[in-house]
Amino acid sequence: MKTTPGMFALPARILHWLMAALILAMLFIGVGMVASVSERHAWLLRIHKPLGIAILLLAVVRLAVRLRHPPPPLPADLPAPQKLAAHASHWLLYALMIAMPLVGWAMLSAGGYPVMLSESLRLPPIVPASATAFAILRHLHGWLAMLLFLTFLAHLGAALYHGLIRRDGVLASMLGGTRKS
Amino acid sequence: MTQPVSSRKYRHGRWLRWAPVVAVPAAFALAFGYAGGWLAPHRLTPKRLIDQFQANAGVHPGYRRNHAKGVCVSGYFQSSGQAAAYSVAQVFTPGQRTPVVGRFAIPGGNPYAPDSSVPIRSMALRFTQADGQQWRTGMNSMPVFPVATPQAFYAQLQAGQPDPATGKPDPAKLAAFFAAHPETAAFRAWARTAKPSASFATDSYWGLNAFEFVDSDGTRHAVRWQMVAQAAADGATPPDNPDYLDADLRRRLAQGPLRWTLRVTLANPGDPTDDATRAWPADRTTIDAGTLVLQATEAQDSGPCRDINYDPTVLPDGIAISDDPLLPARSAAYADSYLRRTSEEAHLPGAARPSANTQPEARR
Repeated sequence: MKTTPGMFALPARILHWLMAALILAMLFIGVGMVASVSERHAWLLRIHKPLGIAILLLAVVRLAVRLRHPPPPLPADLPAPQKLAAHASHWLLYALMIAMPLVGWAMLSAGGYPVMLSESLRLPPIVPASATAFAILRHLHGWLAMLLFLTFLAHLGAALYHGLIRRDGVLASMLGGTRKS
Repeated sequence: MTQPVSSRKYRHGRWLRWAPVVAVPAAFALAFGYAGGWLAPHRLTPKRLIDQFQANAGVHPGYRRNHAKGVCVSGYFQSSGQAAAYSVAQVFTPGQRTPVVGRFAIPGGNPYAPDSSVPIRSMALRFTQADGQQWRTGMNSMPVFPVATPQAFYAQLQAGQPDPATGKPDPAKLAAFFAAHPETAAFRAWARTAKPSASFATDSYWGLNAFEFVDSDGTRHAVRWQMVAQAAADGATPPDNPDYLDADLRRRLAQGPLRWTLRVTLANPGDPTDDATRAWPADRTTIDAGTLVLQATEAQDSGPCRDINYDPTVLPDGIAISDDPLLPARSAAYADSYLRRTSEEAHLPGAARPSANTQPEARR
């Protein structure tokens, strides 16, 4: 595959925008279902589990794509603290998109629930049933979701900052198309 | 002081370009706050429901927030095969024996309530199928539920909150609630003559909510179910003792297993599936799906039912929830109660802890 200099590789861009939509939907589904007693609770919960596993699989593929196609370098004149923030937040996003589904899966396992992805598809438990482990993992799932949402907000703000204020080609490198930096 | 026009224009444009950098993430944050209920103070959430249970009965760390007083049981379900034509669930396969971990309880959030304080007993069951799928159900010894919606249930809880001055619910508030909720009539008619039973073993337990059975063609059948006691009620009056149900159960199980018949009622077209206050007519087709056999009991603080959330929406392939609005509310509220009590069990920071001057909290 040919990679345009200064651009993310096409598979990386496709995975980025697909997963952006899925993860954002997942965050809203997650906080929405635990704060609802209506029919919404039931159908959001039905989406939440298979979507989480889909995100986990996509995250693994994406990590492989990232290692195969290194991203374009950040602008040379970007101040060091901003470079550090960019790299740290990207790796935090990768860590969270892999950790969140695993913590959710482990949490249901610890709670003794069958991990059902559909009416009939069941995943095996990945930790033994334990009320203490359930409580810790359930709280962890919620706190990591908040961290993921805050990291997303920072990522979104930074993307807009690069695109609108610095206009340094960083946003264009993920948007694709024919924009020049 | 005036600035050159070009510089002002530049600054103005730069300010405008900053606006989306701040406003777009802020809009996402607001939408997230709304979805999560933090910015929707009037929405009925699981947290508000469970807080109301705590307001009514106090906080008893480690215990369920409702049906707090109970006991674990275990045994199995023996399928008759008669339900297999209507549901592909493995639990209904002819001759199938499925292990069950259950729990008998009385309603209310007080784990020290006298057994005769309410005329209702409950039976919760978890069937673990050989394929690893589960069927969880929570049933009550009454034929209809007082209300049809989570909002009405919340209003009922609020009306029943004890007055701090008397320690009892305000009769005027309860009367106002029932006047505003005529759908409670069938339940109240039942409650007028209902007496606290002397035994869990002689009561029958209704599933109350409608569900759907899904057969091998994918056809859906609206159903309700009931566990019908095979032990006859002997008309015994409950002893003058706050904790007789547990002792009665142990005494009976020491003599042999206890049995219930799982009776499934099939709806006719038009029978309400979204209203637990309305029973279906008595002439509906019923099937005896099999026999529940309970063999052993254990205290709930150490027994196998302790860490089970009897969420009635945990269902195997072949059983599905109906459009009854109480089912998602039960699922959401039970999950909140489960997280609170498991957090207390784990002694997590922020979780409620037993206080030294209240009754012992060691039993669950």
